Amino acid sequence: MKVLVCVKRVPFTGGKMVLAAGDMSLETKHLGFTISPHEECGVEEAVRLIEANQGESVVVTLGPPEAAEQLRDTMALGIDRAIHLQTDGSEWDAQGTAAAIVDAIRTDETASGPFDLIFFGNESADSGGFQVGLRVAYSLGRPCVTGLKKITLQGSQVRCEQEVEGGRDVYVVPLPVVVTVKEGLNLPRYPSVPGRLRAARKPVITSAPARPAPRLELIRLAVPEGKGKSVEVLGTGPSAAPAVVEMLRKAGVI
Amino acid sequence: MSNLPSHARVVVIGCGIVGNSVAYHLGRLGWRDILLLDKGPLPNPGGSTGHASNFIYLVDHSKEMTALTVDSVNQYKDLGVFTESGGIEVARTKERMQELTRRMASARSWGIEPVSLVSPAEVRSLVPYIDESIILGGFYTPGVGVVDSLRAGTMMRERGQAAGAITVSAKTEVLGIDVEHGRVKRVHTTNGDIEAETIVITCGVWSPRIARMAGAHIPLTPAVHQMIDVGPVPRFAGAKSDIEHPIVRDMDTNMYERQAGGDLEIGSYAHRPILYDPEDIPPIEKAALSPTEFPFTQADFEVQMQHALELMPEIVGDEKVGVKYAINGILSLTPDGMPVLGESPDVRGLWAAAAVWVKEGPGTGKAIAEWMVHGESEIDLHSSDIARFHEHQKTRAHVRARAAEGFNKTYGIVHPSEQWASNRNVRLSPFNARERELGATFFEAAGWERPQWYDSNAPLLEEFGEKVTRRSAEWESRWWSPIINAEHLAMRERAGLFDLSAFTIFDIVGPGALPSVQSVALRQMDVPVGKVVYTPVLSHNGGFRSDLTIMRLAEERFRVVTGGASGMSDRKWFADHLAADGTAQLADLTTTLTTIGLWGPQAREILAKVTSDDVSNDAFKFGTCRTIEVDTLRVLASRISYVGDLGWELYIPMDQGLKLWDLLWEAGKAHGLAPCGIGVYGTTGRLEKGYRAHGNELETEYNVVEAGMASPRVKEEDFVGKAAHLRHREEEPAAIMCTLTVDDHTSKSGEKRYMLGREPIVTRDGKRIVDRKGRGSYVTSAGAGPSIGKHILMAYLPPEHAVVGTPLAVEYMGERYPVTVAVAGATPVFDPDNLRIKA
Repeated sequence: MKVLVCVKRVPFTGGKMVLAAGDMSLETKHLGFTISPHEECGVEEAVRLIEANQGESVVVTLGPPEAAEQLRDTMALGIDRAIHLQTDGSEWDAQGTAAAIVDAIRTDETASGPFDLIFFGNESADSGGFQVGLRVAYSLGRPCVTGLKKITLQGSQVRCEQEVEGGRDVYVVPLPVVVTVKEGLNLPRYPSVPGRLRAARKPVITSAPARPAPRLELIRLAVPEGKGKSVEVLGTGPSAAPAVVEMLRKAGVI
Repeated sequence: MSNLPSHARVVVIGCGIVGNSVAYHLGRLGWRDILLLDKGPLPNPGGSTGHASNFIYLVDHSKEMTALTVDSVNQYKDLGVFTESGGIEVARTKERMQELTRRMASARSWGIEPVSLVSPAEVRSLVPYIDESIILGGFYTPGVGVVDSLRAGTMMRERGQAAGAITVSAKTEVLGIDVEHGRVKRVHTTNGDIEAETIVITCGVWSPRIARMAGAHIPLTPAVHQMIDVGPVPRFAGAKSDIEHPIVRDMDTNMYERQAGGDLEIGSYAHRPILYDPEDIPPIEKAALSPTEFPFTQADFEVQMQHALELMPEIVGDEKVGVKYAINGILSLTPDGMPVLGESPDVRGLWAAAAVWVKEGPGTGKAIAEWMVHGESEIDLHSSDIARFHEHQKTRAHVRARAAEGFNKTYGIVHPSEQWASNRNVRLSPFNARERELGATFFEAAGWERPQWYDSNAPLLEEFGEKVTRRSAEWESRWWSPIINAEHLAMRERAGLFDLSAFTIFDIVGPGALPSVQSVALRQMDVPVGKVVYTPVLSHNGGFRSDLTIMRLAEERFRVVTGGASGMSDRKWFADHLAADGTAQLADLTTTLTTIGLWGPQAREILAKVTSDDVSNDAFKFGTCRTIEVDTLRVLASRISYVGDLGWELYIPMDQGLKLWDLLWEAGKAHGLAPCGIGVYGTTGRLEKGYRAHGNELETEYNVVEAGMASPRVKEEDFVGKAAHLRHREEEPAAIMCTLTVDDHTSKSGEKRYMLGREPIVTRDGKRIVDRKGRGSYVTSAGAGPSIGKHILMAYLPPEHAVVGTPLAVEYMGERYPVTVAVAGATPVFDPDNLRIKA
């Protein structure tokens, strides 16, 4: 079988969100980059599917030259090869992104056969548009199931479980299919050192698609008002124990 | 919110291992009103202590660093946070195996026991997950261990609080430091202002920023050290403690591997130097992890993963063992690899304890506290003194260039004479062009380019033939030439011309000049105008702070001449001891004057050719100085010698230096004058005469009597260290400075080997020699003595061994060589009656 995972390079935000001057982007000077947690689960699922069924896993991203780091990261986890649709770092809207990815998929499928499964994260961790997966599926004329927490391959079909309030909706869809997945789908592995070393030697095909005129315009970013993180000292020494126990109870841990 | 006092005796800025330790030890030594601040939260405020790998290797080639480390380990043990694991430095190459024998020697010199060289099979038995087939052996130190530095800091801080000595204020950011009349006055913080007599900057990578608030410099740069954590390691499943196997340093790849509970931590100093500006370190709220844990840059770690895989395939090659954690940890690097300690020469009352790693943190804290309270520390810190830096060494470009160059040598095989490649040709003497024409090989001293030897002297090799010892071993031939010995012989037979531009020179002037210099010099300075006095400068405890010469040029003018390396800290010491009533001033003339040395039996005839002044022995005695006319130049001639031959140091304004050089050169031609490098001045000439050098023979750990430099009488006037010096004169010395000669250089392989210094002196049957104060005997200086035909070693020996003719041995590269005590005390092995310098 052949599977594709689509990922996006996003800032790794551990601390406070800080906007760069002009409020048009995030201040990333002190930040590392990663892929969205949803996509990490997509990568893990793709790797497991190929481990179990043989075939080939491919990763695609649309992003700046530095996004190659994220492609290597996913290949360190077991993805076989990568397609890098290189941009100059400017933000692409969902329509343009989807179109470029569709072109890449068609090219790849012409050369080496169709993808049985195409994974997207449910939404990206930064802009959160919820659109690219759906748009790609629509363009390709393939079924799409979104927001998945569990995927089970059943012959030429796939069983998809979608979390809804009070339970799960289950869809059984014929391959080929586009799915968008959510964190919790699985527990992604850490890369091994041999995996990391193999990743450096895996092939990446790079191209630079033309950016279509954006139909969506970014006006300004704003960080929502919020309480933010706060720290409350519950006490010191053994006398703090009851308060800690009470907190754990409230949190439902014990 | 603010509960800060309005006044503190001392404000310590930074709650890492160093700040906690400084504050604790100040309290222990009796200080109160100590305010300890950090802008971060406690117990982990976000500096480098929080992400340190926390392991401690004991042996360093630097005596100072080893002493600080050993003291730190003792403190960590007392606090109950030290876990002994043992540590092995493994070698993949022959060169490294040789280096490990040097580690053994340093361990023996500094008294680190037990240590041993182990075979690959023994390494494997200690570290069962290593692939011993790729190593040649290891250097095993069982006393290596791991500490909990955060816990240690917390305990020290809390002890100081419990004693009522320390007030702690976390989440308190320093906004500014007020300086009045050159002294710290006030600290502005986000929680209010504090008046303070003293401020100690212990904020690691942020230190330069805080120092700048007071207009001072702390020359360090934040730099990346990469570290990954892999696990879970099946072999470590169920580990009962953080570490159960020795820590491995894979020296040839600049990496280390250590067990961390169920995981393996892999660290590297092998990647490209990645330097930041202190301004680049983010505040806590903007940092993804902590302010000093930057995002990992995978591309810089590719080769290192391969190396780790080679050495520990069982763990690192396991597909189920994942990279759980990877950071670019930020630590501090300095231009010379040593910490930055002491009171700033820029601002009084502003102290620094920066570029200190976890392994030497508590020891450094204690030493700084002693220094602040008693005026000096038990451990000699001259290599770490913040006052050591010359102006150009404080620049951002210099700090970055040298830190980058030094980073990849963290585990490097560094030759004792190894020269820096970056930022050279900063300070050039007026003779530089001539020296280049003569094919000089330049060594750097305090930024000055100094000829070490001249290729133009190669013909002298033939002239002196057998008398010039050649060296076949690569290590001892590195940064060396037999030409040095030939130059030496030419000087002894005829005359040599030396470029001494690297001297630091300053005048003490004014009505208070005499009491000022009297207060720091051991020797009597109330001498007639025109006298030159060589004098030790003592610490409060009567150890050696420095040694230098002082010329009395007028009733109220003294010219101090000292080496470039210690020049800046000597200048601070003299400035700090100027007469309190303001009647003396210090004027730095280092870049105003240049100096030429002219020595050898022909020196007088050469000088007489170019001057009409009378330079005969009757008219110009040894130990005097005066201005003479050389052609159209007025030259201050000083008749002293560091090489043991007749001659002068000639001082001339820098702009006229070249003319003086050329005049002497022309005049010297007929006399066989040879240009001579610092190889002769600093080593061969000096050692034949047994002249002591600061940092080698002269340290605060040793006193004047032990060095054999006590004069018959002590001057009436008071001076720093006098009480201690008088006491030392009453005591039996615990050790005596001796000159030894090597009896046989032949190694087991038949090759002749030549010691370079810092090797242990042992008994013929290999026992360490330790004096009653616990100080081991080691080679303080080593070098050829071409005129006596022997290799010379200097060492302090306990009285029972300090007897002429005593057979002893020196350990070098894993073998023992027989040596004999040639001199006990100050008598030189060459020209013992000093007839030549007084000729």
